[in-house]
Amino acid sequence: MAQAWEHFAHGADIGVRGRGATLAGALSAAATAMTAVVTDPEAVRQTDAIEILCRAPTPELLLVDWLNSLVYEMATRRMLFSGFEVECEGSVLRARVRGERVDVRRHQPAVEVKGATLTALDVHRGEDGTWVAQCVVDV
Amino acid sequence: MELSRFERHSEYCWALPRSCAMRVPALLYADEDLLKDMDDKVGEQLVNVASLPGIVHAAMAMPDAHWGYGFPIGGVAAFDPGDGGVVSAGGVGFDISCGVRTLQTGLRRKDVEPIKEGLAHELSRQIPAGVGSTGRIRLDEAEFDRMLTGGAHWAVQRGWGEPADLEHCEDGGRVEDALPEAISSQARRRQRDEMGTLGSGNHYLELQEVAELYDAKAAAVFGLGVGDLVVSIHCGSRGLGHQVGTEFLREMVVAAPDFGLDLPDRELACAPIESALGGRYLGAMRAAMNCALANRQILTQLTRESFERMLPGARLRVFYDVSHNICKEEVHDADDGTRKKLYVHRKGATRAFGPGNPAVPEVFRPAGQPVLIGGSMGTSSYVLAGTDAGEQLAFSSACHGAGRAMSRHQAARRWKGRSVVEDMAERGIVVKSPSLRGVAEEAPGAYKDVTRVVQVADAAGLARRVARLEPVIVLKG
Repeated sequence: MAQAWEHFAHGADIGVRGRGATLAGALSAAATAMTAVVTDPEAVRQTDAIEILCRAPTPELLLVDWLNSLVYEMATRRMLFSGFEVECEGSVLRARVRGERVDVRRHQPAVEVKGATLTALDVHRGEDGTWVAQCVVDV
Repeated sequence: MELSRFERHSEYCWALPRSCAMRVPALLYADEDLLKDMDDKVGEQLVNVASLPGIVHAAMAMPDAHWGYGFPIGGVAAFDPGDGGVVSAGGVGFDISCGVRTLQTGLRRKDVEPIKEGLAHELSRQIPAGVGSTGRIRLDEAEFDRMLTGGAHWAVQRGWGEPADLEHCEDGGRVEDALPEAISSQARRRQRDEMGTLGSGNHYLELQEVAELYDAKAAAVFGLGVGDLVVSIHCGSRGLGHQVGTEFLREMVVAAPDFGLDLPDRELACAPIESALGGRYLGAMRAAMNCALANRQILTQLTRESFERMLPGARLRVFYDVSHNICKEEVHDADDGTRKKLYVHRKGATRAFGPGNPAVPEVFRPAGQPVLIGGSMGTSSYVLAGTDAGEQLAFSSACHGAGRAMSRHQAARRWKGRSVVEDMAERGIVVKSPSLRGVAEEAPGAYKDVTRVVQVADAAGLARRVARLEPVIVLKG
């Protein structure tokens, strides 16, 4: 299946969910969902690229680490990302992510993401083979 | 939530009795309507918190409680270090020491009305707000460490304010026992460009008018009168606190089995207070608290500069500064009747010490500690005062705000940012924000009724209402 993302409700914060044919695809889609918390991902040009490496003992913590790495890069580089090439091998995630610096007028960023939480955290492969990766992010 | 699950202890106190792994009961302070509207998750999370080691008396929820992560937002829990008590990064939250600082301006509405638009513009020009904004202050490593241990004191020493400001801050503007060495290079990097920034989401700076008094005596002690203008600043420890929360939440999750902690939910990630990890988190959290205090102090001075440009001679004084995402060492009554040093988590809850408490600035002691309750954009905010009864009810704690009634996406679908700004303008409120989408997501209707929350906090005895504030200028991130 193609990658797909969505949000789910959570009180004051917001849940991000990605689906994909592979774990990497689901993690990539979850990242798009997180960008969509801030702005329309389609409005984010892919002019700059950075590399991200994460290592975690479980797929769930790998999702949390991945999203938190993106939060860190967004915050320190003042960037938004919309292109996510993700590879997963065992407990390691390698990614090349593309985006651009925040343009307040064009992106109209609604809110900054403070961090990925362990709430509603779930990474699994469904009976139809689709991978799902989700958690709540604090805004 | 389903009311039949609860034992009603009083008109405004509902209990979930001890069961299964719970070490203490759960107590919720609310009226029937607020309780019915609360998510079932609030009850589940309170039951989980009630099962943590060393918890004292009860896991508690304030009238504005809603589903958080691990602990409910609006949650209060105290732990005894001598009984294996824990400290939880999730029980404090990512926005460590998020809080409200209110400044008295000495001005009245008529003074500001003719230049309201200009003042709003000047404030929006001076106060960095919103995603991607940066502050004007850069600190080298040594100075950064001094900020982490000095808090608002450091800021005042560097010219960002006046010594008198510190007398009206919780902890006198500086938290002791901060551990700068527990702050990672990533947390430092994340804060590098964010000193003196407001943030985004529900963080704001508002010019507000005192619209109504409920307790004339306390209002006189606080120096508040109908028609007075005040400035309220709601923000926290910015990127540094977010990164500290992120790192310790993960570390506590991984370390929990090593401590023999059988957590009902991994999001309750915590560590014994008397462990090395617990101590390191407390030291990092206190450093983040100082970062938040320094940040609000810098914003205070930026606000003063804006007022000075637009209203030369205006003198802004700090009324009070209090946090609502913290874990603090305090002495309270334990269940065995003794006074004990406990670690009180207040996540989306405000400390509310009663009259006479020596931790309250002397000038406020006859009335009790000011409790600053922020509303949502365009709605009322409130000043309350701590009560004697609050000590027995909830370790001297009260609510912190309204809480969302609908998701950000529901709000963005329902309202357009421009219409929200226009509606507010019709009510005489100037809104400045870099993001119209952000304004739509923060529309007043997206939040619960803060007035009801405050009425219930008052009726329950947690804190008593002193004054209602109405917005005049709103600066949103």
